[in-house]
Amino acid sequence: MSFVSQFKSLASEKTRDLRHRSVIRTALRSYEVVRDKRKAAFQSWESARQAAAETKWEAINHLDEHLVALTAKLEARGTKVHWASNGAQAREIISQILRDKKARSIIKSKAMTSEEIHLNHALEKEGYTVVESDLGEFIVQLRHEAPYHIVFPSMHLTRGEIKDLFQKELGDAPSDSPEDLTMVARRVMRQKYLTADVGFTGGNFAIAETGMISITENEGNARLTAALPKTMITLMGIEKVLPRFADLALFLPMLATAGAGQPMTCYNTMYSGPRQPGECDGPEEWHVVLLDNRRTELLANAEQRDSLHCIRCGACLNVCPIFRNVGGHTYGTTYSGPVGAVITPHLRGLQDWKHLSNASTLCGGCTEACPVKIDLHHHLLQNRRNASTSEPAFFEKLAYQTFAIVANEPAFWSLAKKIGWLTQPLQSLVKGTALDPAKAWTKTRELPPQPLESFKDWWKNRK
Amino acid sequence: MKNEEIILSEREKILGRIREALKVSAPLPGSHSEVAAHATTESPASHAREWLPSVGASGAEQFDLFAKNCADLKADFQLLNNREELPAALQKIAAAEKWSRIASHDGELSNFASVSLGLPVLLTDKGYDVQEMEKCDAGISECDALIAQTGGVVVTNRSAGGRALSVLPPHHIVLARREQLVADLPAAFALLQQKYADNYPSMISFITGPSRTGDIERILVLGAHGPKKLTILCF
Repeated sequence: MSFVSQFKSLASEKTRDLRHRSVIRTALRSYEVVRDKRKAAFQSWESARQAAAETKWEAINHLDEHLVALTAKLEARGTKVHWASNGAQAREIISQILRDKKARSIIKSKAMTSEEIHLNHALEKEGYTVVESDLGEFIVQLRHEAPYHIVFPSMHLTRGEIKDLFQKELGDAPSDSPEDLTMVARRVMRQKYLTADVGFTGGNFAIAETGMISITENEGNARLTAALPKTMITLMGIEKVLPRFADLALFLPMLATAGAGQPMTCYNTMYSGPRQPGECDGPEEWHVVLLDNRRTELLANAEQRDSLHCIRCGACLNVCPIFRNVGGHTYGTTYSGPVGAVITPHLRGLQDWKHLSNASTLCGGCTEACPVKIDLHHHLLQNRRNASTSEPAFFEKLAYQTFAIVANEPAFWSLAKKIGWLTQPLQSLVKGTALDPAKAWTKTRELPPQPLESFKDWWKNRK
Repeated sequence: MKNEEIILSEREKILGRIREALKVSAPLPGSHSEVAAHATTESPASHAREWLPSVGASGAEQFDLFAKNCADLKADFQLLNNREELPAALQKIAAAEKWSRIASHDGELSNFASVSLGLPVLLTDKGYDVQEMEKCDAGISECDALIAQTGGVVVTNRSAGGRALSVLPPHHIVLARREQLVADLPAAFALLQQKYADNYPSMISFITGPSRTGDIERILVLGAHGPKKLTILCF
């Protein structure tokens, strides 16, 4: 099945699924309320957004300089930096590290880049044990599913379903209370932190000035992942840089506010190296893998370059009427929602993924929610334009050309009106069936009857 | 040798693609006319203090704000009158939770606190067995700063006994002096920059409340993987 027909079929299934709708509503019910409360606590959220947008603009438009500075600082303190142009290279670099360290087990904290390059699948095929430590990621891993949402991976599941899952997979689920279920995961994970050979993380921000990688999380799983195993690997997109250490004073509270309506995420941790002389714990080796994977193609598109400003807070997903109705898995992409619809055509091919930019109401809610002011809904329009310019649909082109001829010639227009009026009764016979050329539209909609007398005729004949 | 060449070339390829892409400039965000001028001279984020949540001018207001934020975060904040009240406050918690052993690190305050408890102490400074730390009931550490604006605690692996002490035991006790309270996030970053300059500890962590998750139906649960409890004792 093509990506577009898969999207259409899942979308029509999910929009009719009342259970799905109620779960998503429950999950997002309080989001906007608490987020707006946190935004209101800012003295000026709008000025903060503008500054964040400018800071990211500066970072992305001098990306080469910042990456050179970042990696020089990291390497100066013993961190091994690797560069990967694509997913295959990144997987090979990581595999090579695991082989060198003779590793068997890997504990992972949340990293969307690892979803992007399908890392878990590749490593499991090579025989490694990979455990996701973030609770939501752990749940979807047990279900052999992709994360449903970039920040809340398991938001599509109820506590009852999670209880059944834990009972089946772990043989341990005392009740369906979130507290009890969380404690099951905590117990399972504890020994894994202590015994894993390698800790694997993503990164939220990379600070060029000081050579640090900042990781944001609530659970403490990334802290443990970066503290206990002897080897640490961090995989991160090249666009994550911020110029200065102090920029975090703005970005950390904004990420928390936009992402989850929190004043600050529970743990924001900056790492600048493996265990240094005189330090009592931490990994002996730290490998940082910088991933391009067609981000440079997006960078080359000056019009949409600001979509690389994304800090993956998920705010645009949370407010998007399309996301809320079709759900995260329907997109079939690593990054879903408005930002996913904008960047996926660049990362994975315009003609295969252009349909995501059509699945939009263009309400602009995403642009308004974005803490770094990415012009998301205009980018959706630009994707549509680019898709039709690069490969215009034949029938669409023909239809508009015919319409232009008819509409420009009064004689043709009045003939078309007459034909329309005469054939109108026939339409009701085929409405919504395979014979109806306008099926996609008329399946769920009524065509208003065409009056015998047009406004023009009425005006001419009025007394 | 061959491997090294590939790594170098991949780096050069990526940087090359970036430089090629950046030959075309992208429009500046927003419509601020002064953007271009100050983007090159100072950080756009350098005025963050004016936009972040307000903190109050006086020390007393800031302590009140810190206490309120801690309450919202479900962290226990106790403001003591002097250092001599510290042992009693700790003993009260130790008795209530029936601690039998603790983890801590070498430091003036942390030594004073752990000695006063009279319990077996695992010290992290010269290396330690993580399985032993896992058996500890609490981790007692010093800190670099408290932040009024967020109710947060700043620790580094240098000031707070390593990377794991503040996150592995189920209860993290933070010891702080009143003068360690800073007003806001920009002040905390400035302090770290001033204190550590060009030799940063390899881990700096802003801890804001006890470990938490909302991954099951967005319902808050404390103690997901890190400490279930966070207590800040300040004098």
